[in-house]
Amino acid sequence: MLSRVANSLFWLGRYAERAENYARFIDVNFNLSLDLPPGMTEQWDPLISATGGRELFVSLFDEKFTRENSILFLAFDARNPDAIINTVKYARENARIVRESIPRETWEVLNDLYYFVLEASNKKIWKKEDPKDCFKLIRNKLQLLSGIAYDNIPRSQGWYFTKLGQYLERADKTSRILDVKYHFLLPSVDDVGSPLDFLHWVALLKSVTGFNAYRRVHGKINPTKIAEYLVLDRFFPRSILFCLMSAEHCLHEISESKHGYSNAAEKAIGNLRADLEFADVNDVFDLGLHEYLDNLQLRLNAISDNIHDQYFQIRSNFTPDLQTQE
Amino acid sequence: MSFDKYIRQEHYDEMFDENGDCRSTYEQMRKKLNGLSDKKLFQLQHSTEKAQISMGMTFNVYHDSKGVEKILHLDLVPRIISAQEWQVIEEGLQQRIKAVNLFLDDIYNDQKIFKDKVIPSEVVLSSSDYLKPCIGLKPPKGIWSHISGSDIVRDQNGKFYVLEDNLRCPSGVSYLLENREIIKQAFPELFSSLGVRPVSEYPSMLLNMLQYMSEESNPTVAVLTPGIYNSAYFEHSYLAQQMGVELVTGPDLMVKNKRVYMQTTKGLEPVHALYRRIDDTFMDPTVFNPDSMLGVPGLFEAYKAGNIVIANAPGTGVADDKAVYTYMPKIIKYYLNEDPIIENVPTYMCSEKDDLAYVLENIEELVVKETNAAGGYGMLIGPKADKEEHEKFRKLLRANPRNYIAQPTLSLSTVPTLSNEGFAPRHVDLRPYVVYGEKIDVLPGALTRVALVKDSLVVNSSQGGGSKDTWVLFE
Repeated sequence: MLSRVANSLFWLGRYAERAENYARFIDVNFNLSLDLPPGMTEQWDPLISATGGRELFVSLFDEKFTRENSILFLAFDARNPDAIINTVKYARENARIVRESIPRETWEVLNDLYYFVLEASNKKIWKKEDPKDCFKLIRNKLQLLSGIAYDNIPRSQGWYFTKLGQYLERADKTSRILDVKYHFLLPSVDDVGSPLDFLHWVALLKSVTGFNAYRRVHGKINPTKIAEYLVLDRFFPRSILFCLMSAEHCLHEISESKHGYSNAAEKAIGNLRADLEFADVNDVFDLGLHEYLDNLQLRLNAISDNIHDQYFQIRSNFTPDLQTQE
Repeated sequence: MSFDKYIRQEHYDEMFDENGDCRSTYEQMRKKLNGLSDKKLFQLQHSTEKAQISMGMTFNVYHDSKGVEKILHLDLVPRIISAQEWQVIEEGLQQRIKAVNLFLDDIYNDQKIFKDKVIPSEVVLSSSDYLKPCIGLKPPKGIWSHISGSDIVRDQNGKFYVLEDNLRCPSGVSYLLENREIIKQAFPELFSSLGVRPVSEYPSMLLNMLQYMSEESNPTVAVLTPGIYNSAYFEHSYLAQQMGVELVTGPDLMVKNKRVYMQTTKGLEPVHALYRRIDDTFMDPTVFNPDSMLGVPGLFEAYKAGNIVIANAPGTGVADDKAVYTYMPKIIKYYLNEDPIIENVPTYMCSEKDDLAYVLENIEELVVKETNAAGGYGMLIGPKADKEEHEKFRKLLRANPRNYIAQPTLSLSTVPTLSNEGFAPRHVDLRPYVVYGEKIDVLPGALTRVALVKDSLVVNSSQGGGSKDTWVLFE
């Protein structure tokens, strides 16, 4: 497979997943607002901080973390490179670059989503009282994209590059959704373990479609267990460990190597996966959840760089020493 | 929607004859359209647009900095060509492309046609598309122009003329193929009852030709595109997808020891045949364009060594230069000893003194074209332009006569086209596609381009033209 095509497929996977996760970020607060006790207001600041966009947000809107500004920023503000409107556009651009390598339906769904987001933006949906449905639709369309891919794309390199991008992105975003909790403010220290505290945790679980699955495994709402579930569970498809195992599998399918590692990317991801596999939740909290997640995100970035060096780099065809004559 | 208010003009109308009676080839279509309500018809038209957008059949218009994506408007009413009419076109194009190839081989090798004084050598040699590095070149199997698409028009009497030849990877075939898919949804039953010849074999025609051209037993074929920002990118990726081959850009390719490779996730993999959709001069900077950072250094060397098929061959463009076009009847006669089956539109060469004088005198009546421009740019339509523009072109002609030709303003034929006021006559041309490999295949279908603006004669997509599905009948 062409390096350029592999690169585009990887980023198609990443951007589509990023767009979906931003819709999920916004969902955290929609979930919360339904259950907030009287007198409590929505907090958007934590969401913005967890995405890593706080600095940019403040430069654009000062510290006015209103619902309207925040939804605009996370979804429709073209000045934010990670806003849904941009990531959907980038996903579509990448799909356009590799149109010859993907099913027609994949392109059509993505194209349709692009026009849907543009229209939502033109309608200034963030000013609406209840823009929830718009984000539900965005999520649905992205899930449709995954579904079509799952049943139609042959399991060859292209598939694994897309999934690799998707799982790495998801591991990062799950860590960030979890990190939202770190930024959420409780009225006082005494409120740790209060119903409000639990509400926060439940909202996070719901935004990653993990509420029911968690219930079946752990039953009671318990912050430690929820963190454990989202970081270390081996079976939940949005947990960080699951994403790492899946991404590692993709890398091995691509290199056709079975054991250990055959390149720097495989080594780095194997190390990280093993660290999580042999960690328990106390290790996480001993370091501090926020610090643990921070460190994880850095290691994910390094893995992404390794993958780029291994597979996507295109050498200049102007290099003179390759022009040797026979 | 009825045709009662359809007023055909003095031009040849493809659907209604001079008495206003529907031609037999169109009768079924007329009945079908008659039976549809206005509302239903506009609905169908709307859904063709939606289908185009969802397929991403969009292009970026040059000179439009906003980068807006546009669709090529597809009119619902097809253009129908009878088997007899098609036979003329098919044979005429086969003849023409055969002669063009002999001509190209000659001008880059023995140059007999100059020695026999059939065409003045300066007409060819002064063209910027005559590529000196190609002198002495013998392309694989002697074929230079593998893929071509001449533009054909009809005069008042319905006679076909070749308006211009396109030998530089003419675009539009993807629209032809996708138009067919869309129109099939609109009028499914007419295809079998009328006996419309299918066009879907085009990608295999193209792939077979490219594979045939290579000496490898199992050659790797790729489409070479300038990239996503090219206005024809949709077509490049579409053709690669339909043929099941890689779509590559310049930077994906690398030449080593005169062999061409693509850079893959598993290292370098050889490529044996390229359907290139980039200009000659951007193919290999070391040969054609030393300042360019685009292209594939060493590609031309690999080509000369016979290690890669390039379709069309570098240097082919000189034969569709509009000054060379003027000599096409003589070229056909010289190489094939035949009269052209489809004639040229009478053309004045501004490089000839007498012709230039005539053109300057009669510029109000004429269409003036730049010899090496395409897409409807650099063109003057005398009767539609004002005095200022006439004067501007007179100056241009005097300054650089070699750059211009002129033709009488043709009255292009019309086909009923859905407008806001119902069916209205709109001018069309016809672009069939020819693939030259083991034999010369003319795809039984064509892109009919239609000038959507009333009375306009410019059908180019970049200038407000649209397209029609074109049905060639079995009998």
